[in-house]
Amino acid sequence: MMKPRHQRLLWITAGIFMLAAAGVFILNAFQSNLVFFFSPSQVYQGEAPKGQTFRVGGMVKAGSLKKDGENVAFIVTDFAHEVPVTYTGILPDLFKEGKGVVAQGQLSKTGGFAASEVLAKHDENYMPPEAQHALDQAAAAKSGQVNGATPIAQRAPE
Amino acid sequence: MIVELGHFALILATCVAFIQGTLPLAGTLRDNVRWQNAARPAALLQFTLIALAYGILTYAAVTNDFSVRYIAAQSNLLLPLPYKVASVWGGHEGSLLLWVLMLSGWTLAVALFSERLPLAMVARVISVLGLIAVGFLLFILFTSSPFERLLPAPADGRDLNPLLQDPGLVIHPPMLYMGYVGFSVAFAFAVAALLSGRMDAAWARWSRPWTVVAWVFMTTGIALGSWWAYYELGWGGWWFWDPVENASLMPWLFGTALIHALMVTDKRGGFKAWSVLLAIGAFSLCLLGTFLVRSGVLTSVHAFANDPERGIFILILLALVVGISLMLFAWRAPKATLGGDIGLVSRESLLLTNSVLLVVATAAVLLGTIYPLIIDALNLGKLSVGAPYFNAVFVPLMVPVIFLMVPGGIAHWRENRLRALANDMRVPAIAAIATGAAVWLFTDRGTWLSGMGSALAAWVVVGLCVQIITRLQKPGRIAPSFWGMHLAHLGIAVIVIGITFVKGYEEERDVRMSIGDTVSLSNYRFQLTDVAIADGPNYKALRASVEVSKDGRVIEVLEPEKRKYFSSAMPMTEAAIDYGWFRDLYVALGDPIQGGAPQWSMRVYYKPFVSWLWGGAVLMVLGGLFSISDRRYRKGSAPQIA
Repeated sequence: MMKPRHQRLLWITAGIFMLAAAGVFILNAFQSNLVFFFSPSQVYQGEAPKGQTFRVGGMVKAGSLKKDGENVAFIVTDFAHEVPVTYTGILPDLFKEGKGVVAQGQLSKTGGFAASEVLAKHDENYMPPEAQHALDQAAAAKSGQVNGATPIAQRAPE
Repeated sequence: MIVELGHFALILATCVAFIQGTLPLAGTLRDNVRWQNAARPAALLQFTLIALAYGILTYAAVTNDFSVRYIAAQSNLLLPLPYKVASVWGGHEGSLLLWVLMLSGWTLAVALFSERLPLAMVARVISVLGLIAVGFLLFILFTSSPFERLLPAPADGRDLNPLLQDPGLVIHPPMLYMGYVGFSVAFAFAVAALLSGRMDAAWARWSRPWTVVAWVFMTTGIALGSWWAYYELGWGGWWFWDPVENASLMPWLFGTALIHALMVTDKRGGFKAWSVLLAIGAFSLCLLGTFLVRSGVLTSVHAFANDPERGIFILILLALVVGISLMLFAWRAPKATLGGDIGLVSRESLLLTNSVLLVVATAAVLLGTIYPLIIDALNLGKLSVGAPYFNAVFVPLMVPVIFLMVPGGIAHWRENRLRALANDMRVPAIAAIATGAAVWLFTDRGTWLSGMGSALAAWVVVGLCVQIITRLQKPGRIAPSFWGMHLAHLGIAVIVIGITFVKGYEEERDVRMSIGDTVSLSNYRFQLTDVAIADGPNYKALRASVEVSKDGRVIEVLEPEKRKYFSSAMPMTEAAIDYGWFRDLYVALGDPIQGGAPQWSMRVYYKPFVSWLWGGAVLMVLGGLFSISDRRYRKGSAPQIA
């Protein structure tokens, strides 16, 4: 028979082992569910992973929205490069041409972006930070090239 | 003029809070009873001044004083009166004012309902609350005053965000804030216990009812928020793992752990340091929540204000609170006496296991919530952590927690023989296995997950029936807290049933419909009969009529709307829901589709047992209220003075 002290030690060891297992399990789930963000320029330069879910954001290009029933196609731009996006489903209320958008999905075989989710904004004046970031990056890259003649990204009104 | 008076009242309140935070505390250090006695009147004065400031802002909102910048941004001439009153907490500045109003209200409550407590303890608690108030009042005065003028005054205001124009959302923020702020009382008691240097069981008994009240408010607030998201956002979801939802869930999980740890500290004198740590953690998470919501670092429904300065201020406040209280803890906690012996299998050990699991779950949620922010702040890229992570982590951690609720309730204090405990759990175990197997094997689309969910629910329900029957066989009066506990646990089981069935058996269809088209879901048939224009007080809407029939009989006409508010270009989806005990039918109207015949995209959902989610929350709230009505917390049973 085990002494009570040994039994207690066994239980504590088991407890620590369980906690460690939980930690490993949590970090593992964490690792496999990170979704990275790429700007249209980065997607154009081939930085975005293939066969993996990521987010792309910028402005919905004016005049690019095409609807065929639930099948929607539009272009996300950071005014330097563009990514054609396809999506099936109902778009969020605040989705509009000329406004910011963030889409989550994967690169399709045709080179476009197949979105599984178009993220809703909740305020007409609100700009998704990721989309703003993409525009700022592209604007900075451009001004580096064309010295001064920077098309100012249409910043959402505060 | 009157607006400036409000600003002035706020400045005075800050001065009073400063005195309230320092003088009584100094009094406890120097044994000066007169200084300690200043605590209660200071709390009353501070509350009066902040209430005055808050009343003045409400007055400005109701009288359409658009020369106040905040009112001009949040309100509008056409806004219905109740929403004008609610617009006071619709934005950043006003909601912070509500925060301090509630803090001073809680402080006043402590001042009023603490006759039985030793004066030094009251002085310490009220001082700690005063210091927190100083921090928040300075924050308001320096970075976010709601009394700022806008000159020349615009003719009309910009309007309250249409998403917030909803009865459910009018009470959601105050409830949640009452919870957030309420944990400051538990925190103040814990810090006061540390300051006194005598960590005994008494402070646990004193802070128990306060913690439960805060928890009740928080539960209500979270449930309301979830319900609002369900019917207002038009997506039919009820929990999105949105960072702001997480910000309220984390202190709730800690609060739940704290309630149970305090019970052990009160009854058995154990877990003292653990209870103090949980109280500090719960309030720190409340502050973190405020930071996440109010600093604009998040992409979320709630992130209206984007101002890095504000974020830094709250972050400093958070660092001060966490830093100082943990230092105090490190200094004093080693003096905490240990409670009685704890057996390996005992109610204490099971409660401890569960509170550790709750803390681990909180840590996992915290990781997923703030990791993207840290990576972004360090300029290492932009990323997000999706809902699959939270589901994958949270569910497996909650399953053992819910499982252990039954042995935790049955086991005796101190020591319970494992074999005896296993024997007591035979009936719930059989019920759980039978229910789980039946659901898994004999329902359409049944999976092992839905089987496990129903097994857990049966386990808890039968488990608590066994406990109640055992208790009824014993003599003696049954305390309300006994019923409170079982009611709250029943609430958990009801929520588990809701989640299991809505996740396992819901049906969702996104369809394209023209007038006369039908779509069938489960046993229900939906027919679009009409789409017409309807007028609201401050919006115009497209309203669809959808006839729902079952077995050929029309049971309901649902009228989902697509609203356009005059004050903004923002369209709003207003879903129509037929609520039921065992299922909700949910219809949302989408965009019109271009083409020949007029067509609309529609979203039609069948949601079984979804109302059980909120029903469970109601049971938990009732349970909390029952347990604080317990006589122990009132007159006649004054604990020994510490």
